[in-house]
Amino acid sequence: MSEVIARTSTGKKQKAASLKPGLWAQIVRYRMSYLFLAPFMLLFIMFTVVPVFTAIGLSFTYYNILESPRWVGLLNYKTLFVNDDIFLKAVGNTLKFAVITGPVGYCMSFVLAWLIHQIPHKYRFFYTLCFYTPAITSGTAVAVVWAYLFSGDRYGMINSWAIRLGILDEPWLWLKDVKTILPVLILVSLWMSMGVGFLAFLAGLANVSREMYEAATIDGVKYRWQELWYVTLPAMKPQLLFGAVLTIVSSLQVFDISVALAGNPSTLYAGHVIMTHLNDYAFVRFEMGYAAAIAVVLFLLMVGLNRFIFNILGDKE
Amino acid sequence: MNESSIVRRNDWSGRILFLLLTLFGLLMLAPLVYLTSTAFKPKAELFLFPPRFFVMNPTLLNFTDLLSVTESSLVPFSRYIFNSIIVAGSVVIGGIAIGSMAAYPLSKHKGMPFGRLIFKMIILALMFAPAVTQIPQYLVMTELGMMNTYWALILPGLASPIGLFLMKQFLDQIPDALLEAARIDGANEVHTFRKIIFPLLQPAVATYALFSFIAAWNDSWSASVFTTSDQMKTLPFAIMSISGGVNDIARAGAMAASSFLMIIPTLVVFIVTQRKVMETMAHSGIKG
Repeated sequence: MSEVIARTSTGKKQKAASLKPGLWAQIVRYRMSYLFLAPFMLLFIMFTVVPVFTAIGLSFTYYNILESPRWVGLLNYKTLFVNDDIFLKAVGNTLKFAVITGPVGYCMSFVLAWLIHQIPHKYRFFYTLCFYTPAITSGTAVAVVWAYLFSGDRYGMINSWAIRLGILDEPWLWLKDVKTILPVLILVSLWMSMGVGFLAFLAGLANVSREMYEAATIDGVKYRWQELWYVTLPAMKPQLLFGAVLTIVSSLQVFDISVALAGNPSTLYAGHVIMTHLNDYAFVRFEMGYAAAIAVVLFLLMVGLNRFIFNILGDKE
Repeated sequence: MNESSIVRRNDWSGRILFLLLTLFGLLMLAPLVYLTSTAFKPKAELFLFPPRFFVMNPTLLNFTDLLSVTESSLVPFSRYIFNSIIVAGSVVIGGIAIGSMAAYPLSKHKGMPFGRLIFKMIILALMFAPAVTQIPQYLVMTELGMMNTYWALILPGLASPIGLFLMKQFLDQIPDALLEAARIDGANEVHTFRKIIFPLLQPAVATYALFSFIAAWNDSWSASVFTTSDQMKTLPFAIMSISGGVNDIARAGAMAASSFLMIIPTLVVFIVTQRKVMETMAHSGIKG
């Protein structure tokens, strides 16, 4: 009996001791945890965290790699927004592009995932493959096909069909004409937009429990759209947020497709986007400070938009 | 599984939706079918007017051409394939190792100081493209003397925030009771990780493998910036260099063939991993 009491009292003492030990003691106690984390964190810090801060620092300097960086304050940003017409054109193109491919691609991913979810299980894989495959193909490789399809001469499939159907009289230079460069890029990106987010939606839909649908039916939900609006969407909020984050990032970082299809520079910069501008200044002209300022603008744009989306879709804590 | 399927309900709107979905699916596949068909077209059909969608007399000539086109340059095509396999393979295997190791404490060692902060940083890293960090990365590579090495192509791809995020979310729903049992049996952390966590993590590992393979295999940027010698370039560079620009019709066949070869592996990896991927993606949500 007394032994038991003694044991519980020491147990209590230990508990009290572990409740408020110094931070350092805690860290020592979890040293194995940090060891497990170490390889990832080391690489993460080296190739993500430090570069973000370095980019911010560099954006206030003039740096051409040969000489050491020279502090210029806000000059790079001022030049970007006041004097660099091509940058403003690139921002405009990127936003035009993102405003269409982002929301449309996002909704398309969800609607297609929802439709696939409505068909019997055994057929689902075929449809998933149809929509997901374009997203996993290399931008460089598929640009080859799209360049053939939109080829500006009569050998181009689209021109050939359009002429046969009487829509066009003569071949249209799809990838050289200022009017069609951006629309073609948008079309190709939409084709490739059913990616990781699409898979997350599909999996999320499969995970909404049957009980919830049954409960909804008892509550008077009759139609499929009511089911979608009152049961499915609220249950899938976390996946919807995940998909939105990925969509924002991918629609703002368009690059591969633009260079491969429209060329760099494209006709009158009609296909010029922020990433092409960044690449041009960083690795063609080696004006690293100026290019870093472009990177920071892009970074702020992405994180800012994502914060905004978090406020809408995230659970308020 | 929720059985509210269109076909079972047997209504007209459902049938029409099913038909539209099928048509749209085939339309999505059309460009890839066209690519495949072009890759097997003989010269005569490439220049045929009006152009035809499907190949009539399939031939492997474009694939053999691909080898001869690149024989005249200094680097054989097989070298690009080799480089791509080395880089993508290392990124996948190394990434799985360090990603799963990092996901374990983040998910299961709740009392760890700074654990939540680290996870918040990972979420923040999901919010921007790695592309915005490319200039400092380039400077780091130059500084460390890693330019023109495989290291430059592999290391930046290893610590993938999205991979770690998915693994951690997947681990979260594995009951802690399993770990408690192992600890009571006296297993140390390394043993617990190897014998319990890693086997349970298999679906998330497959998912990580798929996503990181696609990212590494399709990455045209790293090789174009971190390497200057043609010996170190990967497949996307090879495709771009085969053509003198995409309108070079003379090499259209070889280009289609190389693009076709480039796409096949990503497709195979998806088909192999798809079941486990769907299992993992169910836990992909961000709680906000």
